[in-house]
Amino acid sequence: MSTSSPHGPGSPLSVPLTEIQSLHVDEVGLLERAADLGRRSLKRETKREAIQRAVSMIDLTTLEGSDSVGRVRSLCRKALDPAPGMDLPPAAAVCVYPRLVATAVAELEGTPVAVASVSSGFPAGQVPLDVKLADTRFAVESGADEIDIVIPRGAFLGGEYQLVHDEVAALKEAAGPAHLKVILETGELGSFENIARAAWIACEAGADFIKTSTGKVSLNSTPATCLCMLRIVGEFERRTGKRIGVKVAGGIRNAKQALHYLVLVHETLGADWLSNRWFRIGASSLMNDLIRQWIKQTRGSYVGRNDFSKD
Amino acid sequence: MAKETPDAPIHKTYKLFIGGAFPRSESGRTLPIEGRAAKGRKGCVAQICRGSRKDLRNAVDIARGAQPGWHKATGLLRGQILYRIAEMLAARSGEFEDLLCDYRLATPAQAKQEVSLSAQRLLWYAGWCDKLSQVSGSVNTVNGPYFDFSFPEAQGVVAILPPEKPCLLGLVSTLAPVLVPGNSAVVVSSIETGPLVLTFAEVLATSDVPAGVINLITADREEVIPTLASHREINANFLACAGEVDLTEMRTQAADHVKRSLDLPSHGQAWWKGPEAQDLTWIETFCELKTAWHPMGY
Repeated sequence: MSTSSPHGPGSPLSVPLTEIQSLHVDEVGLLERAADLGRRSLKRETKREAIQRAVSMIDLTTLEGSDSVGRVRSLCRKALDPAPGMDLPPAAAVCVYPRLVATAVAELEGTPVAVASVSSGFPAGQVPLDVKLADTRFAVESGADEIDIVIPRGAFLGGEYQLVHDEVAALKEAAGPAHLKVILETGELGSFENIARAAWIACEAGADFIKTSTGKVSLNSTPATCLCMLRIVGEFERRTGKRIGVKVAGGIRNAKQALHYLVLVHETLGADWLSNRWFRIGASSLMNDLIRQWIKQTRGSYVGRNDFSKD
Repeated sequence: MAKETPDAPIHKTYKLFIGGAFPRSESGRTLPIEGRAAKGRKGCVAQICRGSRKDLRNAVDIARGAQPGWHKATGLLRGQILYRIAEMLAARSGEFEDLLCDYRLATPAQAKQEVSLSAQRLLWYAGWCDKLSQVSGSVNTVNGPYFDFSFPEAQGVVAILPPEKPCLLGLVSTLAPVLVPGNSAVVVSSIETGPLVLTFAEVLATSDVPAGVINLITADREEVIPTLASHREINANFLACAGEVDLTEMRTQAADHVKRSLDLPSHGQAWWKGPEAQDLTWIETFCELKTAWHPMGY
C-alpha cells in the first residue's frame, strides 16, 4: 500500500533549499481559479456520481476528548454502511485517536474501511520527537492502517526545513507499512508560499498523503489551499514519478463544499485522481449532508437532518 | 462638474430576506414591477426577486440553524423583540399605507386601519411570550411523590403561506403566533404582495430579530409548493391562503410526514376581527407539550 521513503532522516532535500525558499505562488490567480471552479454546475447524473465518490473518500473522523468506545463503534458502523438501503459506498476510513484504534480495528477488520489514527502529538505536535515516535508506533501496533501526523509548524516557520523533513522521515520509518498522511496545518502557515514549501518538504520526506489541517484551528482547509497543494503534488509526480495523495480536512460540512473539492481535483490533476486512493476528505458531519443530498437526488424531496444518526 | 440630476429615478430591487440578509434569488430571476401597479408612474418602476426552490432550501437550513437560539431566549426577550417590530412598523406606517395603496392591496381608508391593526396585533402577541407557559402549561397531579409539569415548547421550523389580502395584517397575524413560543419561520409570499412583504423585512432587520429566525421569500407559490410540502426539515405549516393557490400537495405531504398544519379556510373579513384572527390556540398549535417529572423532597 505504501512505499518506503526515498529519503531517510538526515538525507538532503532533492530540491535545493534556495529553490524552496524562493518558491513563489500567484495568490490572486490561485484564489480566483479556486473560486471559479466552485461555480461549476453539476447536473443530475454527474452530481449523483460525485456524491457517491465523495462518500467513498471520507475519512469519517472523531477527534474529541469525549470520544468513547461506544461512539467509535457507532462511527464504524456508519462508515461501513452510511445509509442502509440507499446504495451508497462505504467511507474510506475511520479516523480516531491512537487509544481508540483497537476498538475501530475490532469493528472494521476484514472490511474495505481502513482505520486511520492521528499521532505525533496531534494536533499541536509540541512534544519531543521520541514521544511522537512512540505515539506513532503505538497506533501502528494497535492496528492502524493509516497514520495522520502533524509537522512541527514552529520549526517550519523558523526556517528549519531540514528538521521538518527529518522529523517526517523518522515518523515515516516508525509508521512502517502504514500509510502516512502529513498534516501541514495550513491555517498556521501564513502564506501560500509556505503551504507550497511545506507540501514539497512533506512529499520529499516520504508522505503518502499531504493533508491540509487538523480541524483544530480556526482557519481550516479552503479550496485555494487545496488547489495549492494539488499543484505541488502534480509537480512532484512530474519530477519524481511518485504520486502523493491529498487530504482536505476541517470545516467541510456540506455536499456543495465537498463537490467543489472534487471539481478542483478533476480540473487540476485529472479524473484518475478521483478515487480514495489519491484524494480524501476528513469530516464527520459532511457524511449526513451527502446522504441528504443523495436522497434529494433519488426521491426528489429534501430530508430533515434528524432523519439520520448524528454519528 | 457633472450636471446634477435631481429627478433621476431610483428603481428599487426588492430582495429576499434570508438569514438576516437581503440576497437576490440564487436563480438570478427578477421580475419588473410595471408602473400600472404603482400610482402615477409609467414603465418599470422597480424589480422584485423571484425566489426559487433553492432559495427555499437555503432558508429552511438557515431557519433550522437559528431556531435553537431563538427558543432558548427568554420569553421576556422574545416579547421585547416582537414589541420592537411593532414599534418599527408604527414608525414607518405612512410608507406602508402608501405601499398598500400603490400596489392596490388596500384602499386608503383600509390601509390606515390595516397598518395600525397590524402593529396592535404584534403587541398582543408580544405580551404572550412570557405568559405562555403559565397559561398553557400546568402542574399535574400524579399518583406518587412526584412533581409533574407540562409546558409548551416550540416545534421547530414553520412554513407560512400568508394570505394576499389583507397583505400586511395577514402576514403579521400568521407570523407572530409562530414566533411567540420560539419557532423560526420561512414565509413564502406571492410576487404581487412582494414589495410590501419585503419592505416589512426592512422592519424586521432593524428590530433585533436574530438572523435566520424569520425568512421571507417572494415566489410563484405554485412553483415552490411541491418543494415546501415535501421538505422534511419543516416541522409545521401555517396555511392561510386557501382559495389563492392549490394547497392539496401541502395537505397530503403534511399527512404523510405527520407534520402539524394550521389550515385556515378562506378567512376574508375575519382577519380584521380580534377574536378570530389573534388567538392563543394559534400559538399552541405550533407548540409541543413537554412533561417533566421530578421527585419531591430533592
